[in-house]
Amino acid sequence: MENILNGFAGALNLILSGDKEVYGIIGLSLGVSFVSVAISMIFSVPAGIAIGMNRFPLRRSVIMTINTLMGLPPVIAGLFVYLLLSRSGPLGYLRILHTPKAMIIAQVLLISPIITGVTMAAVKNRGELIKNTAYTLGAGKLQILWTLIREFRTSIGSSLIAGYGRAISEVGAVMLVGGNIKGYTRVMTTAIILETNMGNFDQAIAIGIVLLTLFFLINIFLQRIQGA
Amino acid sequence: MKKVFILTIGLLLILTLVSCGTSETPEIETPEEQTPQAETLDPITLATTTSTENSGLLDEILPHFEERYNTRVNVVAVGTGQAMEMGKNGDADVLLVHAEATEIEFVEDGYGVDRHRVMYNDFVIAGPEDDPAGLKETTGSDAANALDIIKEKQALFSSRGDNSGTHMKELELWQSAGVEPAGDWYKSVGQGMGATLNFASEEKAYVLTDRATYLSMKDNLDLDIAVEGDERMFNQYGVIKVNPEKHDGINKEGADRFVEWILSDEVQDMIAEFGKDKYGQGLFVPNGE
Repeated sequence: MENILNGFAGALNLILSGDKEVYGIIGLSLGVSFVSVAISMIFSVPAGIAIGMNRFPLRRSVIMTINTLMGLPPVIAGLFVYLLLSRSGPLGYLRILHTPKAMIIAQVLLISPIITGVTMAAVKNRGELIKNTAYTLGAGKLQILWTLIREFRTSIGSSLIAGYGRAISEVGAVMLVGGNIKGYTRVMTTAIILETNMGNFDQAIAIGIVLLTLFFLINIFLQRIQGA
Repeated sequence: MKKVFILTIGLLLILTLVSCGTSETPEIETPEEQTPQAETLDPITLATTTSTENSGLLDEILPHFEERYNTRVNVVAVGTGQAMEMGKNGDADVLLVHAEATEIEFVEDGYGVDRHRVMYNDFVIAGPEDDPAGLKETTGSDAANALDIIKEKQALFSSRGDNSGTHMKELELWQSAGVEPAGDWYKSVGQGMGATLNFASEEKAYVLTDRATYLSMKDNLDLDIAVEGDERMFNQYGVIKVNPEKHDGINKEGADRFVEWILSDEVQDMIAEFGKDKYGQGLFVPNGE
């Protein structure tokens, strides 16, 4: 119990500390996950719309695959990327293992099925109607896509939040491919694991509270945008 | 108080039953009473370091204990820091760790009782096969000198950075070298020994590792031993019982038996033999007392 209470005090301390390392960790967490969502969004949202609205052969298998991948264990995503980027792997020559870039690749892999899947589910029912309406009003293909994105912005927003939440809270993938290097690839979740391993349970709780609080603030922010 | 009372009564009852069982006349022996070593222990929780677990030693010797006492040993393999904290919080019954100074403090603070040496292995400095800092020719077995050269040449060095026994030993060595380990070349990864070795192998970095984990993973690593044999790289393992008076529910009986067992000649011999068939050398040297 004492550890949990100390955790709350510790969380305040962390935020007010002005400690560069702590801010670096928080900043990297937010940044890596943000870039991952931004990259994933570019192809996952259109893919979700396309799969959700069109009839094509093997559509059911594709949907099933995406739904399955939504439950991809982060460690497996991480391990896959690790093996690709390892010195002995096919992309080893890039030399980006144990860098934030590798962490972004792993997270994109992890969250793309989520963003695609949630978008897909949203456009499934009403999408056809909106598309036809836009079409009869004389919209081109890109205009139709844009109309759909606008119409479904709430659902797409939810998919992005879900993806961001997954990215910022997972630890298995970033631990493996980032390496938890102090001052370079250490993020909040890997710091939590480290503090736990070192027996600093209150510190671990404190970082956890900071993580949750930030995610809460991001949610509020996104909800404002969606509502507008 | 009430709990202690009930426990005492319970123990007395069991003792009476057991003594009755043995003093009873042999004519009315049931098959159950005939089974030898009727002693059964509640499961015990052993908090230990990743190095004992990763090396495979525990898998080798623990079944012997579990069979003898008809019990289960729940192994929680974590860093020494976390293992100590588990002991402080009463989440483990017995600790098998390697950080002598911290262990002694742990006992002095009343969290543990009855600390014994069990075995040792040694640390080595491993590094890339091409030895970019040229440690193999220049330093011999002087670990501090080796670290000095690594710093001077800005060769990559990867550190556990997790307050584990290995990490503490590494910091000790830096201190005796009089060198501050900081800079772009010093990578503190904050992970277990296995993960840190993989990291060093990938990044072509030097690393301080216990010999056992290094040998057990050697085939998958592009790392050679660069420095070995320095007395300062001695790695003593100790066993400590968690103080049963600090928390309720500590399995004192189990911890007592475990410590007795691991210090017995039989188990000490098993420890000495461990790894010889596979690596050509034992991974641990028993020195139980």
